[in-house]
Amino acid sequence: MTGVNRLTGGLIDRSATVTFRFDGRDFQGFGGDTLASALLANGVQLMGRSFKYHRPRGPLSAGSEEPNALVTLHQGAKTDPNTRATTAELFDGLCATSQNRWPSLSFDMMGITDLLSPVLTAGFYYKTFMWPKAFWEKLYEPVIRRAAGLGQLSGLPDPDHYDKGFLHCDLLVIGAGPAGLAAALTAGRAGARVILADEDFLLGGRLNAETHDLLGWQRDTIAELASLPNLRLMSRTTVVGAFDHGIFGALERVSDHLANPDPDLPRQTLWRIYAKRSLLCAGATERPIAFQNNDRPGVMLAGAMRAYVNRWAAAPARQVVIFTNNDDGHRTARDLLAKGVGVAALIDTRPQTPPHPDYRVLAGGLVTNTSGRLGLRSVTVRLSDGSSQRIDCAALGVSGGWNPNVQLTCHQRGRPQWDDRLAAFVPGRNLPQGMRVAGAANGVFSTAGALQTGAMGAVAALDDLGITAKPAPLPQAEDAPVSIRAFWHVAGKGRAWLDFQNDVTVKDVTQAHRENFRAIEHLKRYTTLGMATDQGKTSNLGGLAVMAELTGKSIPETGTTIFRPPYSPVPIAAFAGKSVGKEFRPYRLTPSHDWAAQQGATFVEVGMWLRAQWFARQGETDWRQSVDREVRMTRQSVGICDVSTLGKIDVQGRDAAEFLNRIYANGFAKLPVGRVRYGLMLREDGMVMDDGTTARLAPDHFITTTTTANAVTVFRHMEFCRQCLWPDLDVQLMSITENWAQFSVAGPNARALLEQIIDPAHDISNAAFPFMACGDVTVCGGLRARLFRISFSGELAYEIAVPARFGDGFIRALVAAGQAFDAVVYGTEALGVMRIEKGHPAGNELNGTTSALNLGMGAMVSKTKDSIGAILSQRDGMTGDGTLTLVGLRPVDGGARILAGSHLIAAGAKAVAQNDDGYLTSVAYSPTLGHDIALGFLRNGAQRMGETVQAVNPLKNHSTHVQVVAPCFFDPEGGRMRA
Amino acid sequence: MLNPDLMIKNGAFPSAKIGSLSIETRDDIALASVTARLGGDCALTDYLGFSLPSVGEYRQGQTFGAFWTGPDQWFIEAPYSSHADLATAVKTVLGDAASVTEQSDGWVRFVLDGPHLLQLMERLCALDLAKMASGSASRCQMEHIGCFVLRQGGSDHISVLCPRSSAQSLYHALISGAHNLDAIMRSQ
Repeated sequence: MTGVNRLTGGLIDRSATVTFRFDGRDFQGFGGDTLASALLANGVQLMGRSFKYHRPRGPLSAGSEEPNALVTLHQGAKTDPNTRATTAELFDGLCATSQNRWPSLSFDMMGITDLLSPVLTAGFYYKTFMWPKAFWEKLYEPVIRRAAGLGQLSGLPDPDHYDKGFLHCDLLVIGAGPAGLAAALTAGRAGARVILADEDFLLGGRLNAETHDLLGWQRDTIAELASLPNLRLMSRTTVVGAFDHGIFGALERVSDHLANPDPDLPRQTLWRIYAKRSLLCAGATERPIAFQNNDRPGVMLAGAMRAYVNRWAAAPARQVVIFTNNDDGHRTARDLLAKGVGVAALIDTRPQTPPHPDYRVLAGGLVTNTSGRLGLRSVTVRLSDGSSQRIDCAALGVSGGWNPNVQLTCHQRGRPQWDDRLAAFVPGRNLPQGMRVAGAANGVFSTAGALQTGAMGAVAALDDLGITAKPAPLPQAEDAPVSIRAFWHVAGKGRAWLDFQNDVTVKDVTQAHRENFRAIEHLKRYTTLGMATDQGKTSNLGGLAVMAELTGKSIPETGTTIFRPPYSPVPIAAFAGKSVGKEFRPYRLTPSHDWAAQQGATFVEVGMWLRAQWFARQGETDWRQSVDREVRMTRQSVGICDVSTLGKIDVQGRDAAEFLNRIYANGFAKLPVGRVRYGLMLREDGMVMDDGTTARLAPDHFITTTTTANAVTVFRHMEFCRQCLWPDLDVQLMSITENWAQFSVAGPNARALLEQIIDPAHDISNAAFPFMACGDVTVCGGLRARLFRISFSGELAYEIAVPARFGDGFIRALVAAGQAFDAVVYGTEALGVMRIEKGHPAGNELNGTTSALNLGMGAMVSKTKDSIGAILSQRDGMTGDGTLTLVGLRPVDGGARILAGSHLIAAGAKAVAQNDDGYLTSVAYSPTLGHDIALGFLRNGAQRMGETVQAVNPLKNHSTHVQVVAPCFFDPEGGRMRA
Repeated sequence: MLNPDLMIKNGAFPSAKIGSLSIETRDDIALASVTARLGGDCALTDYLGFSLPSVGEYRQGQTFGAFWTGPDQWFIEAPYSSHADLATAVKTVLGDAASVTEQSDGWVRFVLDGPHLLQLMERLCALDLAKMASGSASRCQMEHIGCFVLRQGGSDHISVLCPRSSAQSLYHALISGAHNLDAIMRSQ
C-alpha cells in the first residue's frame, strides 16, 4: 500500500502503481487517483498558497469547484499553470509544482502579506495607489502583480496541439451522475441521438463518492450506454457554456491524462454541440461555513472528504472533526467511521440534533477558530452552553449545505430562484432554449429523486421532439429528505474566509457594506468575491448571505449574481484549435504562386491573398533596386503581373445593365458590347466604396472587377441590392474570381508579346482591339481566354484571363514568349509605383472617408440617373469651399524625400493641427521621373496647382517643401495606353 | 506553341492514405453554375437525363451530375475530358432562360474515402453529416473556408469542393485532421 493515509477499498486501480513528483519529491499513487487524492493518501495536505495573503492551503473540495489546490503541471514549454489538483488525473511521471510562493511552499517569504492583512482589505488598492498617477502602470501594478497571483506561464510556444469539432444530437445530457445516467439510459433505449457528457474521467458523479448498493446498476448502465450506437459517451468532457439556439460548448480533455500521448493526439478538443434538447444533470456543490481561520490545510468540505475516502480510499487525516448545519455532515461522519477514520466530534449548529451512538455530537455548537501553521492541528469549539473547548484533529469536514449547479441555466441570462426549504438557489423559470434540469441541479438531492427526475426529464425532452420514450426501470435508492438550517458564518473577530481563491473574508463584505457597496454586483466588484477562476462556486452564496444579514434583507431580496461561460476554465489554445501559426487563418494563393516562389518572389499579404511583392534578381540587395528595375523595364519594354486576386463578379440577366447603372455612380446602360468602362461605386452615404472596371461581353452579360481587398464586401453589397432592394430586376450574380488566372501584360511591347501567345485568328491590332476593348480569344493553340485592353500602369496594356488550372503553365508561356522582348515580371510594389505615377487612386485613397469629389471624380456621379450614394454625395459639407481634393505633389528640391503619412501645411504657416490642410496617402520614388512623388488630399487642391506647401511629418521630425501638381505625373495625355 | 493539356499544373495535391482514410484530388470533372433568370424555366431534364435537384440534393446520371446551390441555382458536373467548355454547352441548351458561368477551375475537388469519415468531418465543419444521405449536397465552412460537401455513393465516400485559392489551407486541415483522427482511433 502506498501512502500513510491510504485506506482499503475505493474505485482506484491498485494494480497500477503510479510514481509522480510534487515539488521535487517523488510519491506513489494508483491509477484512478487525482493529484489531490494521491497527495492526501501520502499525508500531504499543503498544496498551495492563497492569491493575496499567501496563506498555506490544502484542497477544499474534490472536484472542479476547487479554489485552493491550484498547481502547475509539467515543465518547460508544456508548463500548465493553475491546474486544479482535485481534477488532475494521475499518471506515471506526472510532475507538479506548487505556485505563488518563494522560496518554497512551506516557507514562503511573501507570507508577510498575511501580517499586513489589517490594511490589505477590500478597496485597499483603489484607495492607496491613486497617485502619482503615472506610477500605476510602471510601478504599482507590476509590483502588486508579482506579489499576488497564480502560476507562471513558461513564455514558450505551446508544443501541444488542440482541435475543435461539431456534434449534433436530439438530447444532450450534461452530467453522468444518477440523474444523467437514468436520463441517458431512457433516451438511449428510445433510439434518440444522445450525448452524455461528464467532466470526470469516471462516470457516475456522486455515485462514485457515496456508499450505496447501486454499483451494479451503475456498471451495467454504463456498459449498456457504451454499447448503444445512437449514444455518445463523453467522459473528461466539461460542458462549459450554453449558447443561443441550443448550442453548447464542451471541452474534452483528450490526452491530458496520458503519460506519453501519441504526438498526433490533440491535447484537448473544444466541441460545439448542437442539441435539440438538453437535460442539465450537473449535480450540486457543497458550500463551506465561514469562521475564523477556516482556510487552513485540512479544512475541507465534508462531502469532499466523503469522496476522498469512498472513491479514492484516501483519508484526509486519521482523526477528523465534522462541522455541519445539515444532515449531510452526519453522512460523512458515518462513512469516515466505516472506513476506519477517527471522528473526534461532530459539531452541528442545530441545537436539536440528537446524539449518535458512534460519534460525539455537539449540538448547537460552533467552530470558532483553528490552529496549525501548515496544517490543521486543532479546532476551537464554542458549545451550546457558551463554554469553549479545543479538539485535536488534523482535518475538519465542513458542510454548509449544497448549492445546485445552476451555472448553465444562467448563460442566457436566466436568474435562479431562492428555495427556503433547501436554503439554496435553484434554476429559475427562464432557462436556455430547450433545456430542462434534473436531479441535484434542480434541488432534488436524494439519489432516488435524482434517478427519477433524470428518467422523467428525458421522457419529457424527447416527447417535445415527438419521440416516445419509456422511463428506464430504476433501482431502489436512498430517498432521505433535506434537513438543513441555514447557517453562513460564525461571528467573531478574526478573519473568516468566504472566497478562498481571491482571499475575500467576512470582514471585506462588512467593509463593503460600510462603504455602501451593498448591491450584489457592487459587492462582487469591490471585494472581488466570486471573481476568481472558480467563479465563486463555493463562495458566492456565503458572501451574499453575509451582505443580506448586514442589510437586514432576505437573500432573495438581496439578489444574486448570475454566471457566464465558461463553467470552468478553458485554455485559449482550445478556442484557437488548429488555427495557430501559419494556419491562423486560411491563405489564398494565386495560380502563379508556385512559379513566383521558384523565382524567389517576396510575398505580401493582401486580404488573405499572398501576392508577389517584387522579384529580386541576383545582386539586388535592396527592395528598391528590384522595384525600380521592374518599373523601368515595364515602361521600356513589357512587364507581366498576376492580377488574379482582383474580384471578378459575373453579372447576367435582362436587367444587368440597369442593375449596374444603379450600383455604379457613372452610367453603364450605354456601354457597348465588347467594351470596358471604369466604374465608381458609392456607399449609401455617398462615400466611395470601391472602384474597378466592368466589361460588357454581351447585351445581358457583364464582368465586374473589384479591388482585391474589397472583393467579398462588394459581392455582398451587390447581392444585398439584388435580393433586397430590387428583386424585380432580372439579374444574376456569380463570383468567378477563383475560376480565372488573370495576368496584366503592360508596356510598349505588350501587343507584340501577346501576339506570340494569342492564336493568330484573333486580331489585336489597335484598330481591331482598341483601348478599353474586350473579348474572347484563344491562346497557345486553342485554350479559351478572355482579353481586356485596360491599363493601370498607363502603358499599352492588356489583362488576359485563362481558366485557373492553366495559370501556372500560362505564366511560364508568357515569360518564355517575353524573353525576346526582355520582358519583366513585376510585383505589387512596381504596380503601386506605376499607378502613383499615373495618379490612379487605390486603397490608400479609397479609405472610406473620401467622396468622388475628393478624388477629383465628382463629375462621374451622374445626375441623369439615380444610383446608390448619388443623393447623399451632394449633402452639405461634402461639397463646396474647403473640400479636400486629390492632388499630386513633387519635391521642390528634386532630391528631397517625401515621407508617407505627412500632413500638408501652407508654406510659411506653423506646423500645428489648426493649419492642417490635408495629408498624403501614397508616396513612392518614381524611377521614371527620378524623384519622389506623392498623392494626397489638399484643401481646395484643384485651385492650388503650382503652389508650394510643406509636407510635415512630426512623428519623424521631417518637413519638405512640395509643389502641388495634377495627380497624373506621367503621360497625362494617355498616348501610351492608346498606342 | 504550348499544348494546353501540358499546362495543367495547379490544384493537384499529393494523394494521402492516413489510417483508414484516403484523400485525393480530382480535376477531371467540369463544373458550370446555372441560375434561372427571373421567371425562367431551366429545362435541363432532357440534357442531363434527370430533373434538376431540389433543395439540398445531389443527383447523378450517366454523364452529368448536379447539385442545388441556392434558390433557382445549381452546379452542373460533367467529365472534363468531354465537356471542358461545359458552361457554353449548357448555355446553348438554356438560352435566355438562365445565366450560366464556368466554374470548372474555381474549385478543387477533394475526394475522401474511409469508414470514419463522420469522425473526420465533425472536426472540420458544422454539418450534421450523419443526416446527409447519399444524394445530398450542402454548403458549409471548413476552417473558415466556404466549401460544398457532396455525398454520393456509400456512407464512406464524400467530395469536398474548395475554392481553388484556399485549397492549400484546406488540404492542410484535412491532412492534419486525418492524422488526429487516426491517433484517436488508435488510442481507443
